[in-house]
Amino acid sequence: MSDRVRMTGWALLLLIFAAVPAFISSARWIDFLELTLFVAVLGQGWNILGGYGGQYSFGNAVFFGTGAYIQALLQYKLGIGPWAAMWFAVAGTVVVGAFIGYLSFRYGLRGSYFALITLAFSEAFLVLSRSLKSLTEGGRGVQLPLNQDPAQALAAFQFNFSDPFLRSYGFYYTILIILIVACALTWWMERSRFGAQLVAVRENEEAAEALGISAFRVKMGAICLAAAISAMAGIYYVQKFLYIEPGIAYGTGKSVEALFAPIIGGLGTVAGPLLGSFFIHGIGEIAKETLGRAMGDRPGIDLILFGSILILVLAFLPRGLAGLLESVCKRIGGGRDA
Amino acid sequence: MLEVRNVSKSFGGLQAVSNASLVVERGCIVSLIGPNGAGKTTLFALISGFLKPDAGNIGFDGTPISGLRPHQICRLGLVRTFQVVQPFVNLSVRENIAVGAHTRIAGRREALEKAADVAALTGMEKMLDQPAGALTIAGRKRLELARALATEPKLLLLDEVMAGLNATEVRELIGVVRDIRNAGVTILLIEHVMQAVMKLSDYTYVLNQGEMIARGTPEEVTCAPEVVEAYLGHGAAARIAIAGEADGV
Ligand SMILES: Nc1ncnc2c1ncn2[C@@H]1O[C@H](COP(=O)(O)OP(=O)(O)OP(=O)(O)O)[C@@H](O)[C@H]1O
Ligand SMILES: [Mg+2]
Repeated sequence: MSDRVRMTGWALLLLIFAAVPAFISSARWIDFLELTLFVAVLGQGWNILGGYGGQYSFGNAVFFGTGAYIQALLQYKLGIGPWAAMWFAVAGTVVVGAFIGYLSFRYGLRGSYFALITLAFSEAFLVLSRSLKSLTEGGRGVQLPLNQDPAQALAAFQFNFSDPFLRSYGFYYTILIILIVACALTWWMERSRFGAQLVAVRENEEAAEALGISAFRVKMGAICLAAAISAMAGIYYVQKFLYIEPGIAYGTGKSVEALFAPIIGGLGTVAGPLLGSFFIHGIGEIAKETLGRAMGDRPGIDLILFGSILILVLAFLPRGLAGLLESVCKRIGGGRDA
Repeated sequence: MLEVRNVSKSFGGLQAVSNASLVVERGCIVSLIGPNGAGKTTLFALISGFLKPDAGNIGFDGTPISGLRPHQICRLGLVRTFQVVQPFVNLSVRENIAVGAHTRIAGRREALEKAADVAALTGMEKMLDQPAGALTIAGRKRLELARALATEPKLLLLDEVMAGLNATEVRELIGVVRDIRNAGVTILLIEHVMQAVMKLSDYTYVLNQGEMIARGTPEEVTCAPEVVEAYLGHGAAARIAIAGEADGV
């Protein structure tokens, strides 16, 4: 696909997403969309490092969780406003990313070793957030106070007591904007020297080094960017639910969601995480509606379904849904798309 | 331009390079030959920073480079190609070469333009949009060369870029290498294709079992009895001298 076709596609998609309140008012469907976009952001964070950089992390929850905890604790402990806390949440998470990256990449950990060390870090943070009670409130979690002044809804980054439009769609637009930022960063990266060097390192680290690329520096850049994007998802989560606890923050759930979406949607593509997230959660909803109803409420049935989809995609769509979409577009476009 | 002084490297008990020295003057094409397993590729890896020498010094343009990382050495203007080609298989030829171009060029568009220019120099202009994974062995060898050239090196180390090519391809590539030298790039090449060695080299070094056993013009070197014996075993010197002449070299 040429850049112009892609741009048009993205512009259309953006228009549709921005206009959602015009045709969707059911709270349940807005929740569904929010969850889907949220997972797409987590997925984009993973995609930067895993999809473009070939460094498969199994512990991206460490970034989501750290972003969320910093966002929550700065407000809870120090009374800092949410809009100021945000910057510290992103910056603090980037520091954690740089630390993990330094330890892993300095010593040349790749492949399953890198996956294991990221998993180890997210587990360590899980334990720490449970045990450092004076800092994190331990397993009880951090509950942020509700702000009931409608005039301060925006300042407090809480929409429960604001006007009806913000109450219904405030967090939908929040996560949409975060996703736009994440995709724009990825789009920019794909067209930059940094992105080209990151892909070169994924393809063949030795050859990349021979051509003047410091694989270490490039991977450090990628893990910091990944951390920043995942932290933004954490910020959204805390502001929406006004609550964070160790299991939500650092449990493997977020790490798995973060890697499912881009793998199914298409590794190393801007649209992959969004496509994958829609696919997974769309199927999940349908499964709940149909299978769930037919077979009664049996927990775990959606997991079986996700697992089967993952296997099918890995077997038949090596380039994910984005790759499928591209070849379909090519076939339709024929020779036009030079 | 390049000075390798008494460099040694062993892998466990195997002495791959021992006390080897070599000098490359600016503007020359110097070749490094020797039988299989002589340590030629190992010496390239030592020069380009992929391996650290156990002993000895390597200087490039007057600065010591042993101990630097490959990417740092590349930025100084010394780049190697790989005997076992290492293309970025999922990228197009253009994108492959652009990765090299990015060493000196920050802008994406400029790097892609530079890639097209370099492709033209190396005879790859028709393959620009092919995925590197679809190239023939000859194409891959050229891509190694093109990618390295795109980094704008002062000194280019070519490790058997002619191996596996047919006679026509070899002849073409000899022309390409000569053009690169004429454009001001100094070249050190490892080659088993003697036709290329004879036609291109200003000076030749011979490595055998890790030791530099001879050096001189290609004609001098190929006639030296110790070289012939290194290749074909004791007593073969006389026969080979005749075979060399029959070959038209
Ligand atoms: N990483 C390594 N570990 C152990 N041994 C090695 C390693 N690299 C090379 N060797 C050994 O060192 C010796 C020299 O190998 P090298 O590849 O430098 O030879 P070469 O002259 O390039 O040979 P060829 O002409 O076949 O390419 C060989 O015996 C080889 O098996
Ligand atoms: Mg070799």
